[in-house]
Amino acid sequence: MDGIRQHFGIHDDALALRSKRNSILASNIANAATPHFKARDVDFEATLAKAMPDGPLATTNSRHVSRGSNLNADRLQYRDPVNPSLDGNTVELAVEQMQFSENVVRYQTSLTFLNRKVSGLLSAIKGE
Amino acid sequence: MSGIENIFDVASRAMSSQMTRLNTVASNIANARSVAGSREEAYQAIKPLFETEYANKVSENGISTVNVRGIVTADREPNKVYQPDHPKADEEGYVWGAAVNIEEEMVEMLEASRQYQNNLEVVSTLRSLMMRTVNMGR
Repeated sequence: MDGIRQHFGIHDDALALRSKRNSILASNIANAATPHFKARDVDFEATLAKAMPDGPLATTNSRHVSRGSNLNADRLQYRDPVNPSLDGNTVELAVEQMQFSENVVRYQTSLTFLNRKVSGLLSAIKGE
Repeated sequence: MSGIENIFDVASRAMSSQMTRLNTVASNIANARSVAGSREEAYQAIKPLFETEYANKVSENGISTVNVRGIVTADREPNKVYQPDHPKADEEGYVWGAAVNIEEEMVEMLEASRQYQNNLEVVSTLRSLMMRTVNMGR
């Protein structure tokens, strides 16, 4: 099983993180009209770097910190608005929509990579 | 109400909040030309009060949406118009028009409908992503 997971490489972690980022950006867009709401986002590269395996990590105690793409809110950061608004809301629809569409395209890219890897595995298993 | 679990909860609440906002705009515009016999009876513009609602697991997933906490009336001065022939005019011949700013309501309407569209767009995009993910490896 570990071999298959290694075969997928970074793309499964990237896909999960992109999906979480999508829901955070959707929350920002949902709160576009809420006074005092502060738009939040995740530092994608830093979070993914933490999720990347750089060798097996032995955990000999249940309280050891485990590796994985565990996205916690303390890793979320507040967006610095280009044009601050009077009501204290830092959601800017132009920014959020661009980030959202970029994130969607990158999600699809990771998905395509995963699809290729799965079909590669399948043809290796079938041996046709 | 049940908790916020996924993107559909986020978008549905945001969309119903924007719909409430559109309803208040419709009420305000409908009453823009109504008159009353006294300052107290004059129509006051109503506004929804938006507030952020966080998911229970917001510390893990960072999901939040918006809810309407209540409807408030904007306390503004009604238009006092001298119309002695109006049936509702007081003894000095004045009627009070609704305290509604039509231009402001139009802007509010445009913004609300745009934000409704934005949320709908987010849902349809994410739904097609989910469908593609479900079909992964086929």
